[in-house]
Amino acid sequence: MTPPLLICEDLRVHFPVRAGVLLRQTGAVRAVDGVSLDIAPGETLGLVGESGCGKSTLGKAIVRLLTPTSGTILFNGSDITRASQRSLRPQRRDIQMIFQDPAESLDPRMSVRAIIEEPYIIHGIGTRGQRVQWVNELLDRVGLPASSAERYSFEFSGGQRQRIGIARALALKPKLIICDEPVSALDVSVQSQILNLLVELQQDFGLSYLFIAHDLSVVKHVSDRVAVMYLGKIVELASADAIYQNPRHAYTQALLSAIPSHDPKERREKILLEGDVPSPIDPPAGSAFGHRMNHPRYAETIGMDLSLREISPQHWVAADPCCVSAGDWEKLRSAAGIA
Amino acid sequence: MTSAPENILEVDQLITSFETDQGLLRAVDHVSFSVPAGKTVGIVGESGCGKSVTAMSIVRLLPQPAGKILGGHVYFKGHDLVRATDAEIRKIRGGEIGVIFQEPMAALNPVHRIGRQVAEVFRLHQKISQKDAWAAATEMLELVRIPAPEKRMMDYPHHLSGGMRQRVVIAMALACRPSLLIADEPTTALDVTVQAQILDLMGRLQSEMGMATILITHDLGVIAETCDEVVVMYAGRVVEQASAEELFSNPLHAYTKGLLHSIPTLDTPSKSRLNTIPGMVAALADLSHGCRFCQRMGRTAAVTRERPRFSEVSPGHWVEICPECYQP
Repeated sequence: MTPPLLICEDLRVHFPVRAGVLLRQTGAVRAVDGVSLDIAPGETLGLVGESGCGKSTLGKAIVRLLTPTSGTILFNGSDITRASQRSLRPQRRDIQMIFQDPAESLDPRMSVRAIIEEPYIIHGIGTRGQRVQWVNELLDRVGLPASSAERYSFEFSGGQRQRIGIARALALKPKLIICDEPVSALDVSVQSQILNLLVELQQDFGLSYLFIAHDLSVVKHVSDRVAVMYLGKIVELASADAIYQNPRHAYTQALLSAIPSHDPKERREKILLEGDVPSPIDPPAGSAFGHRMNHPRYAETIGMDLSLREISPQHWVAADPCCVSAGDWEKLRSAAGIA
Repeated sequence: MTSAPENILEVDQLITSFETDQGLLRAVDHVSFSVPAGKTVGIVGESGCGKSVTAMSIVRLLPQPAGKILGGHVYFKGHDLVRATDAEIRKIRGGEIGVIFQEPMAALNPVHRIGRQVAEVFRLHQKISQKDAWAAATEMLELVRIPAPEKRMMDYPHHLSGGMRQRVVIAMALACRPSLLIADEPTTALDVTVQAQILDLMGRLQSEMGMATILITHDLGVIAETCDEVVVMYAGRVVEQASAEELFSNPLHAYTKGLLHSIPTLDTPSKSRLNTIPGMVAALADLSHGCRFCQRMGRTAAVTRERPRFSEVSPGHWVEICPECYQP
């Protein structure tokens, strides 16, 4: 097996909460709270969860738009967790990002050519003539006419703008692209065009994706493996098929059941979750999801190690008596030697 | 179209235009459909195809002074809303017709407490004392399952999560027990889990109150889940209309088929090529008179011809009969 391209170990991103006249730190938003995952070359890892569960923060920490509070990020074997902005620069070529709202992530005062060319200029690559040619090739690759180069981003529709964002991300031939909700602002017909493009580019360039989205059908479509995140922690991680056909964690089951079916004859009973994701400022001491469900076994989970365990080959689930079936809990417990 | 008693709302040949620098542009072009009492009618289509403008024309909430209804009728319980006076429409809106907007934060006033905003609906539409209105508002919050309603009445909108805010907006829309609810993308800004809660709540309240609903959305899953009747709009026109079961099992218009096939479902093989609809909706100023979906597909010969006839091909199933796009 080839070594993973990206490895995150026990990654935490906490934001200080300050209060009072002296702005002393009174607490922390535990946006990402102990996440471990890896992505292989050419693989897509889907990341799903409700808003506020820390998906985007995790993505930003991996591209180092945020500095993690603790834990490590290994990219291609080198530790980039606390690397300085300057020493990060060579790595930045290999990790790029596509944002949710293409209107806000493209500078309205720059022409499309200037936007796509900028990464080359920052990294000092190519002559002016080469760059013109590369930009034209990129536009062609993402399905935009060469004439778009001299226009401005606001002249384009949402789907075309997302293509510009993709062209910019591709410019430096990255190995990993963090896609943060790349299609959630688009209409279904345009969404399918962008998804097709992302899948094609992956096959052509051998890209790895971390695909962050809240639409579970979209994530299923593009991902090899899927991680389900809840309140800053990953609660289940398995192959896309296993997650969708045999979800082990109660939260994954609830998320899947909430997807509307596309057949009016098949209106299923849903598992309705009460309330919202609790605040990450003061998370429950034990199982966060058990707390939301008012689970009778919640009290047992306080102080318990709820980290991921392998329940079947390559299928990882949080060892949490509130959230897995009784049978699974027995298996997990005996495997881990918990009393 | 005659006014059948079982239809609570009948939209007949509605034309809505906007005054712009490029002249008068028609966003809604001869749109007709009806809403049977107690039923849910979904309007689906891509952004910019006139869904919201149609809905906002019904309650006359068009952007002013640019938006104008230039023709057609909207019969609500036999009464033509297009010709109603401003005072009449103000009474109906929020009273007999409730409206829910997509972005709950924009529909709530950030500087007033929740309680005051919900109570205001009662004060405007009913002769009721301040105290009674407050009590009625608390009851409404309880009805939409907001925990600890007395406490929430004193909160400001920013204290609440997106799902809770949408519940407040629903409480306001339903306060006067309307017989018709217009919901414009009510769950688009919400998570799937919260969406499931809100759709479940709306469905339950609807059957309790026996009201009809117009649900505008671009999400076909939401349509399949909740609607009895579906109206598919493209570029300001209705291209197909049928019962939800019929539309999903037997779509006849190329646009409807395109929409249905472009969504990945849990059964689609992963990383397979998804069906797409090439191009995009033409700008309003450039729309042709003939079949507009042909225009998008670049079939110029068909575009120049007359507007396709909208006909009933089987009982209750209406579709635009264009030689290219009508695909039985």
